[in-house]
Amino acid sequence: MHTKTLLALSDALQHKKISSVELTQHFLDRIKKFDPLLNAFITITERTALEEARKADERISKNKTSPLTGIPIAHKDIFCTAGIKTSCGSKMLDNFVSPYDATCVQKLKNTGMVLLGKTNMDEFAMGSSNENSYYGPVKNPWDLDKVPGGSSGGSCAAVAARIAPIATGTDTGGSIRQPAALSGVTGLKPTYGRVSRFGMIAFASSLDQAGVIAKTAEDVAVLLNDFAGFDPNDSTSADNPVPDFTASLNKSISGLHIGLPKECFNEQLDAQMADKIYAAAKEFEKQGAILHDIDLPMMRAGMPAYYVVAPAEAASNLARYDGVRFGHRCDNPKNLEDLYARSRSEGFGDEVKHRIFTGTYVLSSTHYNAYYIKAQQIRTLIRRDYEAAFKNIDVILTPTSPTTAFSIGSRMKDRIQMYLSDIFTVTVNLAGLPGISIPAGFLNDLPVGVQLIGNYFEESTLLNVAHRYQQATDWHLKIPEKFRGE
Amino acid sequence: MNWKATIGLEVHVQLKTKSKMFSGSAASFGAEPNSQASIIDLGFPGTLPVLNKTAVDMAIKFGLAVDATVAHESIFARKNYFYPDLPKGYQISQHSHPIVQNGYLDIVLNDGTSKKIGITRAHLEEDSGKSLHEDFHGKTGIDLNRAGMPLLEIVSEPDIASAEEAVAYLKTLHTLVQQLDICTGNMQEGAFRCDVNISVRPKHQKEFGTRTETKNLNSFRFIERTINYEIERQTNILKNGGTVIQQTLLFDVAKNETRPLRAKEEATDYRYFPEPDLLPLKITHEMIQKISTQIPELPKEKRERFAKDYKLNNYIANLLANNQDMSSYFETVAKKIDPTLAANWIFGELSAALNKAELSIRQSPVSATELTRLLARIEDGTISGKIAKTIFERLWSGDGTTDEIIEKQGLKQVTDGNAIEKIIDQVLQDNPDELAAYRAGKDRLFGFFVGQVMQLSKGKANPQQVNDLLKKKLS
Repeated sequence: MHTKTLLALSDALQHKKISSVELTQHFLDRIKKFDPLLNAFITITERTALEEARKADERISKNKTSPLTGIPIAHKDIFCTAGIKTSCGSKMLDNFVSPYDATCVQKLKNTGMVLLGKTNMDEFAMGSSNENSYYGPVKNPWDLDKVPGGSSGGSCAAVAARIAPIATGTDTGGSIRQPAALSGVTGLKPTYGRVSRFGMIAFASSLDQAGVIAKTAEDVAVLLNDFAGFDPNDSTSADNPVPDFTASLNKSISGLHIGLPKECFNEQLDAQMADKIYAAAKEFEKQGAILHDIDLPMMRAGMPAYYVVAPAEAASNLARYDGVRFGHRCDNPKNLEDLYARSRSEGFGDEVKHRIFTGTYVLSSTHYNAYYIKAQQIRTLIRRDYEAAFKNIDVILTPTSPTTAFSIGSRMKDRIQMYLSDIFTVTVNLAGLPGISIPAGFLNDLPVGVQLIGNYFEESTLLNVAHRYQQATDWHLKIPEKFRGE
Repeated sequence: MNWKATIGLEVHVQLKTKSKMFSGSAASFGAEPNSQASIIDLGFPGTLPVLNKTAVDMAIKFGLAVDATVAHESIFARKNYFYPDLPKGYQISQHSHPIVQNGYLDIVLNDGTSKKIGITRAHLEEDSGKSLHEDFHGKTGIDLNRAGMPLLEIVSEPDIASAEEAVAYLKTLHTLVQQLDICTGNMQEGAFRCDVNISVRPKHQKEFGTRTETKNLNSFRFIERTINYEIERQTNILKNGGTVIQQTLLFDVAKNETRPLRAKEEATDYRYFPEPDLLPLKITHEMIQKISTQIPELPKEKRERFAKDYKLNNYIANLLANNQDMSSYFETVAKKIDPTLAANWIFGELSAALNKAELSIRQSPVSATELTRLLARIEDGTISGKIAKTIFERLWSGDGTTDEIIEKQGLKQVTDGNAIEKIIDQVLQDNPDELAAYRAGKDRLFGFFVGQVMQLSKGKANPQQVNDLLKKKLS
């Protein structure tokens, strides 16, 4: 049951071959059995899940359904869920029970989806390995000594281990695509503004985007149909029509122009990794796509620009965690300053503090022009690079991450090495484009992901291309050995 | 050495919207603490601001009213600082690209002269909450009802040189925002409050002196006292060769002095940057066009019209233009009566009576229509100005209409020449000594005879006729 696609599960539910309660119980059982190995969940909502499943079954019996009714899902613990702890992976919000649902959570709730629980993540989505969680690291299902990637590591590990049929994530610099690659699942970051940010705890507002982590591109498309859309509560959400993302999945990709940026395929890229990515490109070529070498010269400036913009916004976004209204408050504060200093020192982890310092520094009046303004200029140039590229090509293809999953602890002392894990993904956020990572083989038994980048609001194209690839390959169907049993 | 003060004012005008600046919470005053604070106002994780369009319209309206440029694109910015009544740890404001830029306001001073005060900018922002230090046994209470209330901060150029000018500017602004219907103007409720920047320098010196800022003043009287106190304080420091410290002050009403708000002034770096949760605010030509049709007659326009159409002097025209109730009262009367006579009565008898009774012109027992009737009787010669004052008192105490009082009290003016001549003859007969003295050249006694005649007629004799006839008799 846990290997079935969303549409197959939906079909089984609609034809009453299985009930939502049975399906939900099946995944709850798997979570109980396997999650102790993974630490993918922060909160498991067993009781409410079964209640929701019962309601879904009622709906199904009354034929008041959508394709998602009765299907279980896991939300990254960055999405506010009414009445359920929403920790954002931080001690700061360990005691925070959200009084409201995020818009996208509400939308999926409305379809009758069943919430299994909240997944582990790097604290405030800051990290590329899921080691920065107050709730401990998540393990990679392919090798429990390795990281699953981050920050949506819990969601990706859960889907990879088939303990959740599908999960949500967020992506600020690669936080869906990079862990999807390292965990061997499909992860889509939609265009900035495609999915409402209301109720999604902010890390860097101008980069954050909610997305979907699933076994297949088709599953992503099915969920995105109800996940995306304009929200009057989010002024930056796009008032663009939401197409049926499943409609064009099978479209031929013959004649499609795919660009391979020279900046990604240089001597710095591991040769074996390069081979895997080229092999994926060849598959597209086989289906009639035309490959091009392209230039994205400003890509090299992406990482530094990202590590100015993201911390700047984060420092401001995280100012509200001051121990006054919600979240962690230190014991017996002596005065206001002590309340602030100790609540924040105790509540935030090292990486978060590091970024608050960086962000505060780059926004200070004496450094603002040299850092923040400069980074914004780079951002404009990066966007122009992409805009120029999309005049001639339809999709850009890159590795998702330069390496496969690395060992837990191996990069914790080397921030730059850790950050470089996102080198191929951050510019997509800086430009606000959609990107998807799909499984494209294995290197030393660890999954490799290939990233496809599309033009603004061209998620349909990305899902079409990804789906065609998945029709011709079976990388996405592989299940890590330890999790193959019932 | 002569000293010169420079004053710049920042006025926070609370916009009269139904809901807050970035949330749907009600924006009324005086509710139970924290009963008008939503998850957005509380800065809950994941919440986002949505701009109140009515507040934008109000800012545009203000911009047009002060002849400013309304920016086609303005940008919201975060002003970052920590304070318990600032829930998000930043205030959403506008920094480098405000919605209103480069306007001005004409003010009229007590001597009737006008002065143009530049308005550097006006920007939209949200208010903070309130920290309540009393009643919590040494702890601080936080009321977030005010957090997120919509404000228009109006920043003047440093064009103001005295407390008188500052108050004139503020009163003009205060009237304007009420006439535009964008602010209640209620100063007790903090809907119109002011930060005052003051510096003093030697008259010949070009550069401004070091300034102090006195925050959150919400009465014209306190503002005037603050400015006068602060100018004197700074001048004394400079005179004695000292230096003024740049600092934030508060005005102690009881002690009538300013003192530093904080013991130690720390340089605050607000780390402004564009608010990523809001798109740049675009204002189309059509929006501006539409709002320009909603602007009522502005005080400045009214003043110019009054001066021109009613031939009033600048000072009187300005007083009327800046008081909606008074000017509509005036216009009712001046439709039928000589405007100067009308203005003299409104600012004379009527104002005096209102002040004495502590009533506003709206509560006046003598309506504009009744005053018109009264003044019409002066104009048609039925009564003299002096008798009119007596009748006014009767009207004030509700003794009937003008004509009823004239009729009942027999106050109609005597205009019959023969009757007046008879009275004159009587007076001359009764005062032979004075008559002799007058004839001997003591001209000043003419007034004595007028007085006697008026007295004998019980004030009813037409004064002009009395004059003319007396002159004839005595010549």
